[in-house]
Amino acid sequence: MRFRRIDPAPSLAHQIHFEGTPIPFAEGDTVAGALLAAGIGTFRTTPVTGAPRAPYCLMGSCFDCLMRIDGAENRRACMTPASNGMRVERARGPRPAGEERMP
Amino acid sequence: MTLPATAQWDAIVVGTGPAGIGGATALAEAGLRVLAVDEAPSPGGQIWRGIETAPPSRAALLGPEYQAGHDPVARLRASPATLSFATALWRAEPDGTVWLRGAQGISRHQGRHLLLATGAMERPAPCPGWDHPGVTTAGGLQILLKREGLLPEGPLVLAGTGPLLYLYAAQCVAAGKHDVTLLDSCAPSAALSALAHLPRALTGHGPRYLAKGLGLLLALRRKGISHHLGVRGLRILSGTETALTVHCRIGGRDRHFPAAHVGLHEGVIPETHLSRALACAHVWSPRAQAFLPQRDPGLRSSLARVFVAGDAGGIGGAQSALFEGQLAACAILHSDGRIPDAEARRRMQALRREIAKHAAPRPFLDRWYRPRAEVLRPPDETLVCRCEEVSAGAIREALRSGAAGPNQIKAFLRSGMGPCQGRTCGPVLHALSAELLGRGPGETPVLTCRDPLRPVSVGEFAALDS
Amino acid sequence: MTAGHDLAVIGGGLIGAAIAWGAARSGADVLLLDEGDIALRAARGNFGLVWLQGKGLGHPDYMHWSIRAGRLWPELARLLTEETGIDPEWRGGGGLNFCLSEADLAARREMIARTADAGGEIDIRLLDRAELRALAPGIGPEVLGASLSDLDGEANPLLTLRAFHTGVQRQGGTLRSNSRVQSLHPMAGGGFRIGLADGAELPAQRLVLAAGLGSETLAAQLGLTLPLRPERGQIVVTERVAPFLHHPTNTIRQTRDGTVLLGSSHEDVGFSTGTDIATIARLCNTGARLFPALAEARLMRAWGAVRILTPDGLPVYDGAPDHPGAFVVTCHSGVTLASVHALDLGPALARGRLGPAPQTMRSSRFALSPD
Repeated sequence: MRFRRIDPAPSLAHQIHFEGTPIPFAEGDTVAGALLAAGIGTFRTTPVTGAPRAPYCLMGSCFDCLMRIDGAENRRACMTPASNGMRVERARGPRPAGEERMP
Repeated sequence: MTLPATAQWDAIVVGTGPAGIGGATALAEAGLRVLAVDEAPSPGGQIWRGIETAPPSRAALLGPEYQAGHDPVARLRASPATLSFATALWRAEPDGTVWLRGAQGISRHQGRHLLLATGAMERPAPCPGWDHPGVTTAGGLQILLKREGLLPEGPLVLAGTGPLLYLYAAQCVAAGKHDVTLLDSCAPSAALSALAHLPRALTGHGPRYLAKGLGLLLALRRKGISHHLGVRGLRILSGTETALTVHCRIGGRDRHFPAAHVGLHEGVIPETHLSRALACAHVWSPRAQAFLPQRDPGLRSSLARVFVAGDAGGIGGAQSALFEGQLAACAILHSDGRIPDAEARRRMQALRREIAKHAAPRPFLDRWYRPRAEVLRPPDETLVCRCEEVSAGAIREALRSGAAGPNQIKAFLRSGMGPCQGRTCGPVLHALSAELLGRGPGETPVLTCRDPLRPVSVGEFAALDS
Repeated sequence: MTAGHDLAVIGGGLIGAAIAWGAARSGADVLLLDEGDIALRAARGNFGLVWLQGKGLGHPDYMHWSIRAGRLWPELARLLTEETGIDPEWRGGGGLNFCLSEADLAARREMIARTADAGGEIDIRLLDRAELRALAPGIGPEVLGASLSDLDGEANPLLTLRAFHTGVQRQGGTLRSNSRVQSLHPMAGGGFRIGLADGAELPAQRLVLAAGLGSETLAAQLGLTLPLRPERGQIVVTERVAPFLHHPTNTIRQTRDGTVLLGSSHEDVGFSTGTDIATIARLCNTGARLFPALAEARLMRAWGAVRILTPDGLPVYDGAPDHPGAFVVTCHSGVTLASVHALDLGPALARGRLGPAPQTMRSSRFALSPD
């Protein structure tokens, strides 16, 4: 489910890092837009059945595009502007309990 | 206790789409201290999404209605209104207090007036397989086009009904994408039922809207876009991550269409989450097939401090919303004694005339594109609650065994308890409840809205204590 | 007019539904009348604890009644799951009451001693920080220890309620939702007519009032004085988190879904079910002190619900002296006591008796009190 850019000469100088893979983005891109343009098909797996999901509403309403962004769990990729060097990973199931980070 | 101090404003405007822009600009230009907030990083709402960053070629492709956003957005920027983007409102209280979360963290504000301009959302279009990756709303696809200049690659199926489906299809065609199939769930007979409203649709700005619609249809036909009416029994099958097949019945025959992308759309409804959380009175509109906040002629809700303008109060489109924002601003300025009675009456009458011109074609369009009752009553295997993965069958079963309505379904099945807080499944729970309890939609309860209306962490709340 | 149902239970919350299911299982033809979609239902605000430690101090009958309920819960959970296919998500294994200060520890020590003095058949002991960490590895640095009782457990109040509703119908009973009861009319020669707000009248041989705060006015129609007051409790819940807490505790509970409940407050604010930021902040602060990693979790919902309290905070189990066959039941521990309500009380009420319900919990105790 790839998308293509229609603008004549999008500047793609900057990158986010999706699970280690550099992904270029253009000015005005959200994380969701950058990933969709790169053909990323699954943004998360659900906490209930582990089903794959990707953006649905693209306007912050449905919460189906939740991802781990710069270490923060369950952020909406469609509402998060892409920024250079941002680290993005799929959300897999429920939020990790994070016991390893506890004192 | 370290609750933040309350910042005082004359008016707080929620949302900077056309209605919020119209309201905030007028109020600020008249000298009120105005705070306008939007969860998005820039103004324009969904209709003018990306208007400040879209290159001219993209804006031209999106058409004159999109380009019409340039001036109002620029005027808002030039106004003395304080603008706070990437800022989410997560709690509002009837006394005008709102709680925000933005780049600076949590803050508390109070407006003598609140203007809700929260716009519209797409009516949920649940069908089996609508949860697969690659299936989005048609509006979502259009946002990607506006905001990021992205066009889907590979076969695109647009399914459902409503003007936006055709507008987006035409925009795809204009961008050179021709592998588009339009599956309209509207029966040809709906057009006949709509004819009764045609005379009114030919008044005001009606002809302009109708001519635009006709133009879209002709453009699609000229490019040979595959277009089917009376589509029934939609279901989407997923082979792999990237290959979808749309199954349906057309004219009694089973058909299937391979697709890389599916865009669903069944019209738009007011985004009432905030007005409902505030407990503003709402009434069921059979024409809109949605609950609308009750408003007086000055767009004041049932709460004295709260006004609702634009699509959030009833779908009227961008131009109408801009005027509604100005109308609410006028009512606010009048109630503050800043405009004399006669002047306020004159201005408000003029604005209402403009709004009426844009409203002229609405009954016709609403009837033509009214979603079929089955849309919100999908087959049992459909996931109604996408977050908690609750099927229509489970919801029907709960209703048959005594669940009293949407809120009890939520309690029993977790439908509506997930991250979207029932925004997506709410209208479906309502429709299924009305159906199985044998009640009219206006007499069937809707999901209660709970704070925080937008994401706030336990730690952020904890920081407000001690 | 027909004789109607053997037993009508007015109020489809946890108390009424438990009694109705128990009565129906014992063979009675039961009618369960419930309110609408947005009832002031305490189950919505119930934290979901089967909580016994510290309960009934100073009132041994209540202590023993509660402990009996704790012992019966595994049986209730098994029966409900078997009969309805709905698992109420009961989990035993002991409940933790966290101590964040020396004063907390001292208070728990005293509670343990008083429980032993009253002959409570329950094993409660104090865990120090190291022992507690073995059970709950994520605790924050301020947590000094906890009391652990062997009988405490937890259940999902909403699923328990749903299982009762389903179970009543599986047992041949009738659940009638959206049916608010307005009036009760004793009939000559026995039995009652129940008047609904929608005008319908339903006959029944016996009736049980379990309508929460609504019971007060209905009980008055039967000549019973039942002073009740509402108390608001606020609860918050997070998004789903991977399992980290395997015991119910007094202030934080991770459900089987992974969501984490934090609660709850006690406020005298009438019938309001709203929320306030100060209370939400306090609940969240306690949660983040107990489990620091929780600070990052998103708060999904905050809400208020109304508890039903008698002047002494204890349940009422009583019959109307002038109207044989009419009973009233109220309490604020709808989950904990669900097992005795369903398995002991329901079958007894179906036969027109209060059965094992403690004699000291009649409503007449309020008539004798100075206020």
